[in-house]
Amino acid sequence: MSIGLSLGTTLAEAKMHGRKLLVPYITGGLGTDWLDVLEAVIAAGADAVEVGIPFSDPIMDGPIIQEASQRALDSGATPASILGGLAERSFGAPLAVMTYYNIVHHAGVERFAGWLDTAGVSGVILPDLPVEEMGEWKSCAAARNIETVLLVAPTTPDDRAQKLVDESQGFVYAVGVMGVTGERNALASSARTISRRLTSMTDKPVLIGIGISTPEQAKEASQDADGVVVGSALVRRLLEGGGPDGAFDFISAIRRAVDAL
Amino acid sequence: MSFMGPPSEAGRFGDFGGVYVPESLFAACSELEAGFSDAWADASFRSTYYQILSNYAGRPTPLTYAGRLSEKLGVELYLKREDLTHTGSHKINNVVGQALLAKRMGKGRIIAETGAGQHGVATATAAAVFGLDATIYMGEVDIQRQELNVFRMRLLGAKVVAVSSGSKTLKDAINEAMREWVASVETTHYCIGSVMGPHPYPYMVREFQRIIGEEAYSQSLDQLGGAPDFVVACVGGGSNAAGTFAGFADTCAAVLVGVEPAGGAAVGRGSPGVVHGMRSMLLQDEFGQVEEAHSVSAGLDYPGVGPEHSYLNSTGRAEYYSVDDDAVLDAVMLLSQTEGIIPALEPAHAVAWVASEAGKRIPLGSKVVLTMSGRGDKDASVAAELLVGRLR
Ligand SMILES: Cc1ncc(COP(=O)(O)O)c(C=O)c1O
Repeated sequence: MSIGLSLGTTLAEAKMHGRKLLVPYITGGLGTDWLDVLEAVIAAGADAVEVGIPFSDPIMDGPIIQEASQRALDSGATPASILGGLAERSFGAPLAVMTYYNIVHHAGVERFAGWLDTAGVSGVILPDLPVEEMGEWKSCAAARNIETVLLVAPTTPDDRAQKLVDESQGFVYAVGVMGVTGERNALASSARTISRRLTSMTDKPVLIGIGISTPEQAKEASQDADGVVVGSALVRRLLEGGGPDGAFDFISAIRRAVDAL
Repeated sequence: MSFMGPPSEAGRFGDFGGVYVPESLFAACSELEAGFSDAWADASFRSTYYQILSNYAGRPTPLTYAGRLSEKLGVELYLKREDLTHTGSHKINNVVGQALLAKRMGKGRIIAETGAGQHGVATATAAAVFGLDATIYMGEVDIQRQELNVFRMRLLGAKVVAVSSGSKTLKDAINEAMREWVASVETTHYCIGSVMGPHPYPYMVREFQRIIGEEAYSQSLDQLGGAPDFVVACVGGGSNAAGTFAGFADTCAAVLVGVEPAGGAAVGRGSPGVVHGMRSMLLQDEFGQVEEAHSVSAGLDYPGVGPEHSYLNSTGRAEYYSVDDDAVLDAVMLLSQTEGIIPALEPAHAVAWVASEAGKRIPLGSKVVLTMSGRGDKDASVAAELLVGRLR
């Protein structure tokens, strides 16, 4: 259980103090030590953590997170086992669950919001639930004080982007590159473009995610954005057996890079 | 009341449908919706579409009276011959429409998923004739069992990408095509092969397939002297069925029947779920993980179904049943040896259902129109293996 920290308040305060924000993603239920990995990335300076609940058909994910999801599912991970795991410990940073909408829909929106609340999760990211389809979820989430983070893409037109930015809670998730999750050799030019576009529309923290792979890229992306989400690059290290120590080292390196700005 | 009108503005048929896509794709779905509405209301677009279907694809297709089989079953059975179209299945109707639309919208590249390979072949064909670049995603299991179609696609100049994730069949080919579309949406049209996916696809594909039902309805009036009592089609995603039903749902009282494979009966055994951009009936486990389908027919080997079928089932306007693989193989032999028509494994499901229900759900003497959605050449190697020892 996280200590009841609001995602939005925590990140906004850190931003106000001039800190660049760092939100790592890990796949829930990946390996027996995934909760230790979660603690390790917080110790390494994560401002919040995204915890994935794996889904059988993750259409926004590239090979690394697909593989992690499959491994977690094969080892028996379920929404209940992951949220139950989170409930057992207390974490020094707010948590957001990332999953696909069918997991929520199947549980029932009201029940799922209750599960998140009980597990101490502050926010949720549902990449295949556009704002148009979100009404029912949002009211159940609001009743449990769960913040729903919205994504904005390079292809989102300006008027729609403004609406998404206004409705997003916790932070604004700026999709840095057209494509699925996965490592990239260089930061896409679309990452800096969308950062500038969105930071001019809101005071909410704007974090760049999808494709941020190295400390250098994290630093470059954070010049225009308020911070970064780092997923596949971390998860690859976990798939390769890096464990909590490997996760700590990698996230520490990203922390140092963005702090150097 | 209309049973098969357009969906709501939010792209819903009753509780089913919608646009459940990543934000990166949302604008493309909106543009496609606008592009399709505009084109479909444009008489010159429609006339080009009909002309190509007639001059190039061989429409209209006949409605063939299956005399010997009718006698055997005690019903009057007519086959709507989509197997006689260019490329050998109904998939060409949809692809001609989408390829014309892609060109009109300035997209020079199309991608598609395929299960049986018929949609892939149709897409590769349209790409060749319209000068588009095509990439087709196909599960590894299907690549093996539909080898002939893989060769046809490549010969036609398309690139075939093998998909090795998950069940390595249609579901995973769709996942991979969607992932590619997220990356290339600005230059690429995703040519979905059935009445599934996010709005406007289920509606658009049904409209591009409704020509099957419109022809079959007017042929029925001529040849049967009126509407049939039953209209039967196989259902994977459900495009040949939706196109067929569209000609009958609001014009007559015929009983509409969709036939699913026993190992992929989303309407029959599924529950509402959200995957591949739509809310529809879905085979899933207790946690909402999508289950793998299992069918001898690659084109029906899919755990979901188009949202309009979920809706037609919920209203009772259409009925859905399933048949197992053994019955399907029997039906392949039956139709081949009574009518000289070798069906694809997909429409053999519809034949199997009629064969088993004649005199039961279908009263003796009923007039039945069945959509023969494709020809069986592609299944020769699978059928040869499974029917070994049963042929003379
Ligand atoms: C001949 C034939 N019939 C039917 C289908 C199933 O598609 P649908 O349910 O969309 O008609 C396929 C799919 O590959 C096919 O090749």
